[in-house]
Amino acid sequence: MIAILDYKAGNLTSVRRALDYLGFPCRITNSREEIRKADKVVFPGVGAAGKSMESLKELGLDKLLGELFAEKVPILGICVGLQVLFDLSEENQTRCLGLLSGQVVRFPQKLCSGKGDFLKIPHMGWNEVVFSKDHPVFRDIPAGSEFYFVHSYYPQPEREDISIGTTEYGITFTSAVAFQNLVAVQFHPEKSGNPGLRLLDNFCRWSGVS
Amino acid sequence: MLSKRIIPCLDVRDGKTTKGIKFKGNIDIGDPVEMGRFYYEQGADEIVFYDITASSERRPIMLDVVRRVAETIFIPFSVGGGIRTLEDMREVLLAGAEKVSVNSAAVLHPEIIGQGAQAFGNQCVVLGMDVKKVGVSQKIPSGYEIVINGGRTPMGIDALWWAKEAERLGAGEICLNSIDADGMKTGYEIELTRLISTGVRIPVIASGGAGEPQHLVDVLSQGRADAALIASMVHYGAYTIKEIKDFLSANGVGVRRSW
Repeated sequence: MIAILDYKAGNLTSVRRALDYLGFPCRITNSREEIRKADKVVFPGVGAAGKSMESLKELGLDKLLGELFAEKVPILGICVGLQVLFDLSEENQTRCLGLLSGQVVRFPQKLCSGKGDFLKIPHMGWNEVVFSKDHPVFRDIPAGSEFYFVHSYYPQPEREDISIGTTEYGITFTSAVAFQNLVAVQFHPEKSGNPGLRLLDNFCRWSGVS
Repeated sequence: MLSKRIIPCLDVRDGKTTKGIKFKGNIDIGDPVEMGRFYYEQGADEIVFYDITASSERRPIMLDVVRRVAETIFIPFSVGGGIRTLEDMREVLLAGAEKVSVNSAAVLHPEIIGQGAQAFGNQCVVLGMDVKKVGVSQKIPSGYEIVINGGRTPMGIDALWWAKEAERLGAGEICLNSIDADGMKTGYEIELTRLISTGVRIPVIASGGAGEPQHLVDVLSQGRADAALIASMVHYGAYTIKEIKDFLSANGVGVRRSW
């Protein structure tokens, strides 16, 4: 069973529907016992980092995530679920989980495309992820695939080697990270058509060893 | 680089699409769920379902459509039409829509924008704006006025001011419909789109007037729109989404080409 962490972080049903469609048994839950029994954990998120951390702490899921990470349970973070894995988010200066070293920062106010056009924030819509390394969770995703993004903040990992996918939006930023049994993406695979479904399918079959 | 989005729009009444679609090969589909799936497979970047059901007793039918759509397509989709309260928004989002659009209700009660953004996040709240060209006046300095009731009721509100106000209140995106261009198939209202899209920091979807692929090139480049809504040009089989995207790409507009 795959646990989809429920910490009041927006629409979790879209992740559940995608896993249902792919045929993997899953559950939206905030029960520590149930999450402990899960083979894998999806850690989604929409909204603000501050509020997300607050809810995680209230439910005691912050500590649990740390334990699961140490116990090598495969974890997939999505969007804000990626951001709060880092030490710190600039969004309301939020101290986050610290499972990954680095911080999450806002896109610069004056963001311009190569052609000099003023770019909008949030970064919303389809954009390419360039994968720099092989990883089981990103297997068989064709080069040039685009994914659906909605965000105003992006991660800056301290260790460059955990960044395995990058995206361009005025700047080049890390849009996918992998570290041991942890994989996290800034985009929404559950809303990214076939490449996104492929990623979720890969994750659901992944042992946690990269 | 971020792709420009191509968004087919389906009008739904009492759980059925009002016009149905006829494709090359003469398939006629009237079920919004099947049409949604069809456009998803054809490469739509997002889909808009617009509920034109008149009676409120029949509303639950739309929610059922939304639920079934959410089980079959894995791209964002939004639902608009008749959204009046926070509860209406909640129902649609819980049924599986990514975004919900408010139009008349937001003009009459702007606080719904902020309430929706607070409750569900800015990215969930789309402001639908119906706009008509009028003369420049003291009251309407941009020369574009907000209208409601399908264009019948002018509100005396300047369109550019309203777009900025909605952004301030927390709207995550604007769907900008030109009442003058709507249904004419002579192209989007470029000047209006450019005015609004460069006047706010949130994405703007251009709507109304699409008849051929060149119209999308125009609105996505000169008009500075972030996305373009299309309806009849794909519903009746004149063009496929792929043909439109190939044309856009050949004309220097970046779009998503594999799915």
